[in-house]
Formats: sequence, C-alpha cells, structure tokens
Amino acid sequence: MDAILLQILNGLDKGGAYALIALGLTLVFGTLGVVNFAHGALFMLGAFCAVTFQKIMTFSKQVKDESITFFDAYKEIPYLEIWFGETGTMLIDWVVPLSILLAIPVMLLIGLIMERGLIQYFYKRSHAEQILVTFGLAIVIQEIIKSFFGANPIPTPAPEIVAGSANIGALFGLSDSVVYPYWRLIYLAFAFVVIGAVFAFLQFTTFGMVVRAGMADRETVSLLGINVERRFTIVFGIAAVVAGLAGVMYTPILPPDYHIGMDFLVLSFVVVVVGGMGSLAGAVAAGFLLGILQSFASMNEIKAIFPGIDQIIIYLVAVVILLTRPRGLLGRKGVMED
Amino acid sequence: MKIFKLSRNDTILMLGFAIAILLMPIWLQPIGAAYPDLLQKFAIFGLFAIGFNILFGLTGYLSFGHAVFLGIGSYTTVWTFKLLSMNVVPAVIFGTLLAGLFAVVIGYVSLRRTGIYFSILTLAFAQMSYNLAYSVLTPITNGETGLRVLRDDPRVLDGLFGVVQEGSPVGNFFGINMQGYPGFYFCAVVLIIGFFISLRIFRSPFGLKLTAIKSNQNRMRYTGFNTRPYLLWAFVISGMYAGMAGSLMAVTDPLAGAERMQWTASGEVVLMTILGGVGTLIGPMLGALLIKYFENIFSAFNESALHDMFSFLPSLLENLMVTVVHPFVGDGWHLTLGTLFMVIVIFLPGGLVEGVTRLFKRRKSDGVSAKNPGPES
Repeated sequence: MDAILLQILNGLDKGGAYALIALGLTLVFGTLGVVNFAHGALFMLGAFCAVTFQKIMTFSKQVKDESITFFDAYKEIPYLEIWFGETGTMLIDWVVPLSILLAIPVMLLIGLIMERGLIQYFYKRSHAEQILVTFGLAIVIQEIIKSFFGANPIPTPAPEIVAGSANIGALFGLSDSVVYPYWRLIYLAFAFVVIGAVFAFLQFTTFGMVVRAGMADRETVSLLGINVERRFTIVFGIAAVVAGLAGVMYTPILPPDYHIGMDFLVLSFVVVVVGGMGSLAGAVAAGFLLGILQSFASMNEIKAIFPGIDQIIIYLVAVVILLTRPRGLLGRKGVMED
Repeated sequence: MKIFKLSRNDTILMLGFAIAILLMPIWLQPIGAAYPDLLQKFAIFGLFAIGFNILFGLTGYLSFGHAVFLGIGSYTTVWTFKLLSMNVVPAVIFGTLLAGLFAVVIGYVSLRRTGIYFSILTLAFAQMSYNLAYSVLTPITNGETGLRVLRDDPRVLDGLFGVVQEGSPVGNFFGINMQGYPGFYFCAVVLIIGFFISLRIFRSPFGLKLTAIKSNQNRMRYTGFNTRPYLLWAFVISGMYAGMAGSLMAVTDPLAGAERMQWTASGEVVLMTILGGVGTLIGPMLGALLIKYFENIFSAFNESALHDMFSFLPSLLENLMVTVVHPFVGDGWHLTLGTLFMVIVIFLPGGLVEGVTRLFKRRKSDGVSAKNPGPES
C-alpha cells in the first residue's frame, strides 16, 4: 500500500509537467490547427527564465574576505545582499517562485512573436511542413540557449523553507515510510491551479467562449464578424505561458539543460495522442495517467518481470492506443482520426 | 536483360551520376573535401537519403524514426564481424536484411495510420529502440560505450578459411582493407547500385502507384486498390537502404553506438532529403553532400580561424563579424543546421532541385517573351 501511494505521488509531479505541456499543444492544435514541435522549446525557455532570473538576482560584487588574514582573499557577495541585507538574501532564496513574475510576460511575448513571425504562415501548409519548420525552430532555440548557458545542467534550488520532505504516510494513517519532497507537492498544486485557470478562462469568459466556438467551427465564427485569428494568436501566447510556467517550476526538480525541452516534447506528443488530438480534458487526463503509469513501471518488482519496461511503457501505450482507438481516450469522433 | 534497360535520358543520368560519384576524389579536391573519411560519409549518407526519399518522396509518409534502421544495420554488421568474418560482404548483407526485417514489423504497425500519427508512431518506435539499446539490451549493444570489434572475437568463418588478422581488426573485401580510399570506393559502388535501384523504382509501375497514393490515397482505395502492401514495400525498401547505410558506417569504422538511433539523427536525414528536393532522384544525394560538407567545414572553425578569415576588415568590424558568426560555427553547427532547415521549409519546400528548375524555367520564359512579345504588350 505504501509503495503504491508513493508511486502514484511520484507519477503525479511528472504527470503534471506532461499535462501542462500537452495542454498547450492541444490548445494550439485545436485552435490554429498547427502541430507545434517547438512547444518543448517553450518549456525549456521557461526553465531558463528562472535561470536568467537567478543570474540577475545573484549578480555579485567581489569583496575582500576579512576572516582570512594570511593572504588577500576575495568572496562574492550579491548586490542584493549588500543593498537590502536580510531581505536580499530572502529574495535570492525565493528566486524560483519569483521568476514566475518574469516568465509570464516574457513567455507571452515569445509566444506572440513566434506566432506572428512564423506560425501564421503555416496555417494552410501540410502537417508535415508544420512539423518540419517547428522542428527546425526548436533546434535553433535550443542551440541559442546552449551558446549562452553552456551544455551543463544548471542547478536552481527551491526556497529553503520547502527544501525538506513531507510525511505523507502519517497524513493518510499509513506508516512513516512515505515521505515526499515539499516542492513536488507544490508543483502538483501549481499544475492543478494552472490547468484550472486555463479551463476557467475558456469556460467562463466571453473570450474563452469565442475561442471554443472557433475550435468547433472556425468558419461560422468568422462569418459572424469576429476576428478569430487574432484571438487564436492570443491563445498561442497563453499556451506558451503555460509551457513556460511548467518549465519555471520544474527547475528545482530537474536542473535544466538545453535539451530538456526535446526530452519532454516527444513524451508530450505521445500524451496528446493518447488523450485524443484536440481534446483538452483528454490531454490533462492522459498526462497524469501516463506519468503514474511510468512511475509504476519503474518499480523494481515490475522491472524484474519485464526488464526495461520503464523506458518504453509510454510509447507502448501510445502504439496500442493508436492502433485500437485512434481518436484517443477522450477525443471527439472524426477529429484527425485517420 | 530487361531490367537494365533505361530510356536515353535515364542512361545519361545514370552514367553521369556514376562518373560524378567515382570521380569525387578529383573534383572535390579544389574545395578541400577530397579525403577518404569525408568521401565515405558522402556516399553513406547519400545512400541513406536516397532510401528515405523512396518512402517520403514517393508516398509522402514522413517517418521520424528512420535512424533506427541505421542503428540496426550498424549493430548487425559489427556482430557479423565479431562472430563470422571480417569480410564485409556477409556483414552488409546481414545488416540490410535484419534492418528489412525490423522494417516489416515497424512498418506493418505504423502504416495503419497516416499523416502526423504515422510520424508519431515511427518516432515512438525509434525512441523505444533507442532507450532499450541504452538500458536493457546492453549485453547486445554494449550500452553507452558502443559495440566494437575485438581481437579475440570468435570469427568462425575466418577461422575456417585460415584468414589471420594482424593488428586491430578492420573490415576487408576479400583481402582489401576497407579503410581510406578502398573503403570509399566500396561505399561508392554500393551507392551507385542503390541509386540505380531507386531510379528503376521511380520509373516503374510500382513507383507510379506510390505517387498515386501520395496524391490521393482515398481515390486509390475507392477504385478497389489495396494500398497497404505497396506502402509496406516502400517502407521496407527504404528501411533496408537505411540498414545498408548503417552497415557501411560500421564497415568503414567498425563500431556502433546507440546515438545513431536518436531522433535527431532521423531529423537529419529528413533535412537532407528536403534540402535537395523531396521526390526527386538526385535531390537527396545533393542534400546529403551539402550538409555533410558544410558540417565538416563549419565544425572546423574556431575563434582564431574566424579572426584570420575576417582579418582584412578594420578591427572593430572584424570583432563584430566574429561575434556574429561565432555561434554558428564550431560547436554551434547545429544552429546553422536548424536555421537552414527553417529557411528551406519556408521559402523552398521543393528543395534545391526545384529552385534550380524554377530558375531555368524563368530564364526560358523570359527568353520566349522577349522573342515573341505577348498580345497585351
């Protein structure tokens, strides 16, 4: 029982990342009809927003270290600490959550530029060409990041308060062996909040209503005199923000490097396909489901029966789903079914 | 024999191709690309791209996992080297056949879907194979270190015929070591044969059917035509080409690693095909040639070489140029590759071959309109 609970928890935080990326992918596909292979790059850019913010916050000045008297030693003290003292140190500690504030406008801007600058010319082109051009874009973004930040993973720790682990087992009346890092719980909650916000935005605002109408029947909506294209552009921006936020918050779990986006992208595409192309709820459900499935597959007991299953389980599920139920778990009938 | 009969134009094309490939060591001399390692790469990746084009160019099915077959070809070849003989003939044959076998399985499953689903299915298979090669299959693939030929491998056939290897083992073609120029010529001959087969396929009823599938598969089906076996054949053939290319890689340099199966490698062959021209005969070869050539040139540059290059400029401009160009060369070669990829897909989806034909057509039509001005002028 403990082991099962632990695996579900383990799966949920990864599943949260899958769900957030897949949500954006589906949103873009459902509105613009574009298959975006550069979406993983947006996740990565979000993560590097946090890295950049950390760099800015810890911009340091060399100060003579008074505690060493034998020779001239220097230590680096961040300007923030010099200026604000204790508050500064705290700000630096909270750099990851704070960088959300930076990431939202930056990612929105990047999303809008990407859509207006490139994606809009590919609405009418074939899916193959969309895949190819966004694949090229993903490589370009990735390499630019690599040339600025290098190829090594950059550690961006979570705030000290949440560095420990929560004793989940005691909470559910189980043994004390089920402990789980606080930050992953926060990530999970964060993922739910963002997903909830996106759904609420689509469900309860006029803007969202128009977008949903446009997803269902683009032509009729534009015949009513509504500029659907402009709204869809904004939707692309929102998808970029969602992917970026997923990336920002994921940095303490996995130190970001330049190809983190590609790693997540391939899996997220599989998630989208499993959930059903064009179905938002499907993407979210499949994201969590596959995350949990993957963490179960990496249990030692399972690996003893099927060696290597943890490496391929997601792809295996995708193959089975595509062959038996091509529209995915929650996909609408007739949407991209062949 | 009938299968060797070509139309006049095709004979010229075939001869021209063969001569151009075989004389590569000479005509590539002035641009500094005429050394065996690079020439081998040209031939191998040309073969890979030509095979990929049979699937993507003729049927329009975009596979994102073709590098799997490359990897399988390499592994099989190294295993043949280890177990049977250092002779390259059985090695290449086994590599090609096993890749074909895998292509049957993967193709049978993936071809049940079209469009983006097909791409994702092939990608899923590629990732699965890559992950497995790195983890569970380590006894077969030797994981991250890569599989290599050792001196004390059994090599049953070699032992039977009393062939003795001296020094570290290298592939040989009945006594000729497959390194340097002999290796290139071996690859070149295989490439020319591969090109010939691809030419035959393009001109055959089979090729015509594939093109018909590309232009409208539903219509083909409505006329009572079962498209699936043809698609599967196309997939298997192109998989075997990839396997053969992988074999040749291992022939010229007897080791195999899982990174050959990564999906970025699959992306590279897509780019080669697109750069040259999808669905054209000569395009993929052209694309492979250009990409491998520029990869070689660009990766060799470093900062001091750049400073040398721009040294004729005033120093301020020189530094500026170096800062601008530097991210694109050396380690940043992939940035150039990605940019190229985008530029080609955006502006020239038909590739270089289309670009050249368009240029010729325009010139011709310009000439015509100059001679006989239209009625409106």
